Amino acid sequence: MKKGHKQKSQSFYALAFRRFKKNKLALWGVFVLLSLIASAIFAPLIAPYDPYMSVRNDKGMLDILSPPSSAHFLGTDSVGRDVASRLIYAGRVSLSVGVVAVSISIVIGTVLGSLAGFFGRWVDSVIMRGVDVVICFPVLFLIITISTLLKPSIYTTMIVIGLVSWTNTARLVRGEILKVREFEFVESSRALGARNGRIIFRHILPNIMAPIVVQATLQTAQAILIEASLSFLGVGVQQPIPSWGNMLNEAMSLTILAFKPMIWFSPGIAIVITVLSINFIGDGLRDALDPKLGNN
Amino acid sequence: MLQIYGSMATPEPENDKPMTDKILEVIDLKKYFPIKQGVFSRTVNNVKAVDGVDFSIIPGETLGLVGESGCGKTTLGRTILRLQEPTAGKIIFENQDICKLNNADMRILRREMQIIFQDPYGSLNPRMTVGDIIGEPFDIHGLAAGEKRQVNVHELLEVVGLKADHITRYPHEFSGGQRQRIVIARGLALRPKLIICDESVSALDVSIQAQILNLLKTLQKQFNLTYLFIAHDLSVVKHISDRIAVMYLGKLVEIARKDELYNSPCHPYTKALLSAIPIPRPGARKSDFLLEGDVPSPVDPPHGCRFHTRCPVMEDLCRQTAPELVDIGDRHFCACHKQKAAGH
Repeated sequence: MKKGHKQKSQSFYALAFRRFKKNKLALWGVFVLLSLIASAIFAPLIAPYDPYMSVRNDKGMLDILSPPSSAHFLGTDSVGRDVASRLIYAGRVSLSVGVVAVSISIVIGTVLGSLAGFFGRWVDSVIMRGVDVVICFPVLFLIITISTLLKPSIYTTMIVIGLVSWTNTARLVRGEILKVREFEFVESSRALGARNGRIIFRHILPNIMAPIVVQATLQTAQAILIEASLSFLGVGVQQPIPSWGNMLNEAMSLTILAFKPMIWFSPGIAIVITVLSINFIGDGLRDALDPKLGNN
Repeated sequence: MLQIYGSMATPEPENDKPMTDKILEVIDLKKYFPIKQGVFSRTVNNVKAVDGVDFSIIPGETLGLVGESGCGKTTLGRTILRLQEPTAGKIIFENQDICKLNNADMRILRREMQIIFQDPYGSLNPRMTVGDIIGEPFDIHGLAAGEKRQVNVHELLEVVGLKADHITRYPHEFSGGQRQRIVIARGLALRPKLIICDESVSALDVSIQAQILNLLKTLQKQFNLTYLFIAHDLSVVKHISDRIAVMYLGKLVEIARKDELYNSPCHPYTKALLSAIPIPRPGARKSDFLLEGDVPSPVDPPHGCRFHTRCPVMEDLCRQTAPELVDIGDRHFCACHKQKAAGH
């Protein structure tokens, strides 16, 4: 090293970012996801038509189920709305449902998992038996029941998905805390007189952030899939608000399924691309944040 | 905070013990870990990790504590700091029984006593910078913030022989010896009176061990520290201690001044430990006073003298009654029937 040149200190996250940058697949994932997010944010600027309005052709008739053309490059749906515009607006719904639902589940999972892992004894038993009970329910059935009871809407969908998918996070966080809690720096801090809050927030949580971040990413993909399934079944996001799931719903008609593939094919592809890119990012993060796994 | 210092200067009236010159006194300390079994988690037995230990330390001295792995040294150290609650017994720190303190008072007292662990890799939080690690004691007790905290951290870094620009680095950028220096700096931050060194140099290689031991000695003079130095290695302990206590299976078997213990050990276990020290001279004759067998289980320690199962000079009496730790002259304490018989 040259004299006078100050060595730059490398935090854990700086090192992890360097490893992440080497992962091509994950970078593609980031690129695709950022484009999707941008198109969702700027939907009103990008979308060629109003997603809620049926368009009429030059004869003044509703332009129903028209094939892809220069005016509607993915065609129109069964009530004459532009599929491309709906697809772009649906991205808003799917991504926000994914983010909000996962935020809810990560918060619940982290709080309950931390309590269980840190305090142990009866707190642990009560919380983890609760997790076992929630896991016992068939998820889709539970979600359908709750969201029908709560009147289906985009918000219900977010909350319901969040409320049923925290169990994995809780288990993960509990396990990680049990591991980190035994490190001597936790005991050193206690010997210095630190309170439990400080030990949890300053010492334990920063050391288990990596698996939580990976879990959150992979769960976002899951949440988007669940939202699509719910909307497809008609208990998720309701018409006329577009979502990739309820757009797929139109594939239930045999004519559309057989003769108008663009109507169901495009939301299907959108779901696949989104979920795939998020999963690639998740895998990339996992490799970057856990150097012990190798793969360099 | 000032009130605490005030109350320490004058002994409390309800404390019938006379003011002594001891900084720490441990009386009949016990720490049992219950073994639970069955559907109802019934306690079927106890691991008697520390089973009735008495000793005291005077200010400014270093008491070495040695013994085999699993004899309860580490548990003893942690129990003294109440990182684990003692099962029974008293821990008197500066004329105050700390087992009776509530959490808030204990938190304040923690400024007076610190621990330095064995593993310099495990005892530093990998997500915090060195500055935050050494500054944390000030944050916890609200003693210094901002500029003042920065100055204090710089001072501590200098005291333990690290550079000021290390402050923004992370623990993984340091070697084992440097990490142990960081741990020592953090331990010193609150200007404690007592430091428990729990195998603090065992994880380092020999040349670094010497550096750290010398640093600990220098700091002891500079800050008038008292050490309880726990180790499994008599040669390390010899370098730093004034007095040495030997522990076997949860009990102390011998306490004596360093030279006394090395020159005229009384307990057969101490003799065995001393003869196990390798002699760094080719062809040196090894003593034949070597131990055989393993340490018996602390769940069910042998009746009578705990050492009788491995003792080369065992007799009937040893199997029946446990010897007391008695003064055999000049503050040399030993727990062995044979010693009394010899009319020492």
